[in-house]
Amino acid sequence: MFKRINAPKNGKVSFTFEGRSIDAAPGDTVASALMLAGETHFRDTPVSQSQRGPFCLMGVCFECLVEIDGVPNRQACMVAVREGMSVRRQKGAIGVEIE
Amino acid sequence: MNACDLAIIGAGPAGMAAATEAANAGLSVILLDEQPAPGGQIYRGIETVPEERRKLLGPDYGKGLSIAQAFRASNATYIPEATVWNINPDLSIDYSRNGGSSQISTRHLLIATGAVERPTPMPGWTLPGVTTAGALQILLKAHGGVGDDVVLVGSGPLLYLLAQQMIEAGGPPKAIIETIDRSHYLKAARHLPRALSALSYLRKGMAMMRQIRRAGVPHYTGARDIRIEGAQRAEAVCFSAHGRAHRIETTSVALHQGVVPNQQATRLLGCDHVWSESQRCFIPKLDAFFESSVENVFVAGDGAGIAGANSAEIRGRIVALRVAQKLGDDKGTQIRALQKKLSRDEAIRPFLETLYAPSDEVMVPHDDVLVCRCEEVTAGAIREAVDLGAPGPNQIKSFLRSGMGPCQGRMCGLAVSSIIAERRKENPQSIGYYRLRPPLKPLLLSELAQLEREPTRDEPL
Repeated sequence: MFKRINAPKNGKVSFTFEGRSIDAAPGDTVASALMLAGETHFRDTPVSQSQRGPFCLMGVCFECLVEIDGVPNRQACMVAVREGMSVRRQKGAIGVEIE
Repeated sequence: MNACDLAIIGAGPAGMAAATEAANAGLSVILLDEQPAPGGQIYRGIETVPEERRKLLGPDYGKGLSIAQAFRASNATYIPEATVWNINPDLSIDYSRNGGSSQISTRHLLIATGAVERPTPMPGWTLPGVTTAGALQILLKAHGGVGDDVVLVGSGPLLYLLAQQMIEAGGPPKAIIETIDRSHYLKAARHLPRALSALSYLRKGMAMMRQIRRAGVPHYTGARDIRIEGAQRAEAVCFSAHGRAHRIETTSVALHQGVVPNQQATRLLGCDHVWSESQRCFIPKLDAFFESSVENVFVAGDGAGIAGANSAEIRGRIVALRVAQKLGDDKGTQIRALQKKLSRDEAIRPFLETLYAPSDEVMVPHDDVLVCRCEEVTAGAIREAVDLGAPGPNQIKSFLRSGMGPCQGRMCGLAVSSIIAERRKENPQSIGYYRLRPPLKPLLLSELAQLEREPTRDEPL
């Protein structure tokens, strides 16, 4: 488990992950906020659907890809948290809906 | 479009120092960086970190504040949150920001995109809960987060620095598992005389070791056959050391085998690279002023070969003065003084490179280990393709899709080149590396569609 060494001082930012409400600190990225909230499973791979989570936290490994407000393939470690944002796991390959 | 004198990519120590020096010499400078604030990864969050956290991270981190302040005070144009996705041969640069794209043009370019962690393929390294050591350091620096059962695995000064910082933060690692082969100590001893001229680094290293010992962190040496176990996430690290098998339960494993230059931008521009036998990675071919084989393209910081933050800053200044000189200012005396300073600062490197050379296990992983994390390609599949006649990384890429996932080869490139070299009994120099093409980072079609052809100098700083 990851914990903050100090409680955040300047208020909080709330968003949801898979519908669960998460309280983050201003300055958090989506990845840091989720890790500090105990989440480790950010996506399933397109090849084998195996679980993955953040690896590098510096925008290089693309393991922390999530869907943010309906937009897939967002690097959770590169996006700052915003009040009310809706974050979902990225599940495997993105299909194209055919009617 | 008006071209600026110097465009810089990356706001770490090299980029900030170069921008400050160049702007103070009267050059027009634009610095593009992907993060919202200057500092790069080494000084991540330096402007906003609370004072107590800055103190526990240590004086070497704190040093970044004055560099960032000088950069902010300079006349350089700073464009944060800018993702560079293309650099054209005429040195125009395309980048995305706030959902749209823009282009700037420059007469000289400094690539200061630093280092990335060396790929460390081993069984279980893709499980959630396994990160790089750098990732946990970023979590601590930028967000004040620390784990309560972290196991550090690998080799290199960063492992001990991170352990020290975690101890100071009240979350000491559960264990340190060191992979250094005993033979490295003997080989490294040969470089000690030169390293002694950089005594302050050696002292710092010894102080870190003492503090880790005092804190009672279990420290295993000579670890081999490392694998991370877990069904859906990391549950334990298993290894053998000095003839005994060990298993340590943990939910957080941090891997480190040193850092290597981030080659994406220099490869895209077609700069020549050389394989460094001592650093076990590719380094762009540079002259004494850090100019690459492509005219007017410079590389400074760890991207020019790993040498640490102090050297990065000096290299950045040398590039700035060299560009000023190319534009007609005589900066010879200043440049020579900085080159001397740089050579003193780099004196520790041969010792560190030899002692902390990456372990064979990650350079030549077992057949069943995933090497390309994105496309899930194993070392065995790569060897099989080599045996079928694939001569290099680009053919492997066509055969197996390794390097074609979202990370664009950042996490597997070096490992793939090394595996092919070992299989073909050649040097990685002759094997080469992935060919890189734009976009340097994946971007949305809407970001591409909204490409403005005007420079964005008036954007808020």
